Amino acid sequence: MNQDLSPIAGAVNRLIQEFNRLPGIGPKSAQRISYYLLRAPEEQTKLLADAIVSVKEKIKLCSICFNVTETDPCSICQNDQRDRSNICIVEQPQDILAVEHTKIYNGLYHVLHGAISPTEGVGTSDIKISELMNRLQDGSVKEVILATNTNLEGEQTAMYLNKLIAPLGINVTRLARGLPFGTELEYADDVTLTRAFEGRQRF
Amino acid sequence: MTKPRNYQTEAIIIKKVKLGEADRILTLYTPHLGKIQGVAKGIRRPRSKLAGHLELLTYSLVSLAHGRNLDIIIGSQTIESFLSLKSDLWLTSCALYATELINQFTADHIENQSLFWLLLETIRRLSEVGDIELVLRHYEMHLLNEVGYRPELMNCASCHSKLKPVTNVFSPSSGGVLCPKCSRIHTLTYPLSVNTLKVLRLLQNSDYETASKIKMNPDISREMENVITHYIEYLLERGVKSAVWLNILREQIKEETLNQVVISQ
Repeated sequence: MNQDLSPIAGAVNRLIQEFNRLPGIGPKSAQRISYYLLRAPEEQTKLLADAIVSVKEKIKLCSICFNVTETDPCSICQNDQRDRSNICIVEQPQDILAVEHTKIYNGLYHVLHGAISPTEGVGTSDIKISELMNRLQDGSVKEVILATNTNLEGEQTAMYLNKLIAPLGINVTRLARGLPFGTELEYADDVTLTRAFEGRQRF
Repeated sequence: MTKPRNYQTEAIIIKKVKLGEADRILTLYTPHLGKIQGVAKGIRRPRSKLAGHLELLTYSLVSLAHGRNLDIIIGSQTIESFLSLKSDLWLTSCALYATELINQFTADHIENQSLFWLLLETIRRLSEVGDIELVLRHYEMHLLNEVGYRPELMNCASCHSKLKPVTNVFSPSSGGVLCPKCSRIHTLTYPLSVNTLKVLRLLQNSDYETASKIKMNPDISREMENVITHYIEYLLERGVKSAVWLNILREQIKEETLNQVVISQ
């Protein structure tokens, strides 16, 4: 269609199209956000534009743990207070936030950026497994905690990593899989309940 | 009469795709409705009541409500969870391969009860002790029968003469085995020894009970896998993603057994 005939001005149209490409934003939401920005104070729109540009310019992946960071190595890898003999393996950078929020873990992390998924063609070379194995070569790591998701892909990745890491003489542990807090037992599935029974602890 | 709002079906979960923040679109293979898709709302939240009952490779009783586009999954109860299979990397990968094949070869809403039972029985067999490669080959041959791509193994697929007990070739584009004479005019063929052809015929025409008595040697096993894989890839016009992964694991298992032999010596 000829762009000039569109009832919406070119620049607004372009903004709508760009928003529409973001995950979870449909054409209507894209329109709403675009018209909101059109009316918003210039300062606010500048801040937004700035934030978008700088996220691409400043943020990179930590060369050690592959977390997203502004400094390389990231703040966690640089921190001397942290226990360097523990590495917690997670699938996504967001998972680090969730674990950090608990304040229960004081070791280092390693972000895989995905999980092995045979049917989607995600293999071992598509995620940061060889980088992890390089990190484990110097013998300073005593324990690797597998904190991948408890779905089929996460479990597969954990089993695969265990097969690779256990022969190095490193203690490989897996986060407990059982009943989440605040749920009702009657809705629990067989796999979860079986794991919960296997992992039960003295009260 | 109006259509009932909800319906219930047994199903095996064969595929899942993320949708929005916490939802998933699941592909279910069912005995009476064939392959269907449904949206599982909120399934990616930790407190989801349905998540465990709707994980891949789970045999469940699923309730769905008719939606505007896709149907909505409103309830699910596990029938068989195949825990022993899911605790083993190799077996899980084999089962995922089986589900990927069924997803690729079937269209939505086409009932095929025997195909459903074939898939369910195959996943059950994979969770038990047995020759895993044989289970997979038996599954592939019967899947091809069910979806209408049964390869011709008795007569030459080109000149229709009876095949002689010599080394023939398998031609994916002809849909079967070619005699040595016809093999010259066809390209992209794979040699097929007399013994492998016999095993293929037996797999094609017998149930698993009979087939499980076959003792395959590694050469026959490899030759069969090679021929069937090429045939499947030709039919699908693309590679099977989980087959690539199976090959990586196969290589690693082979290396590990070699290392163990070296250590024990």
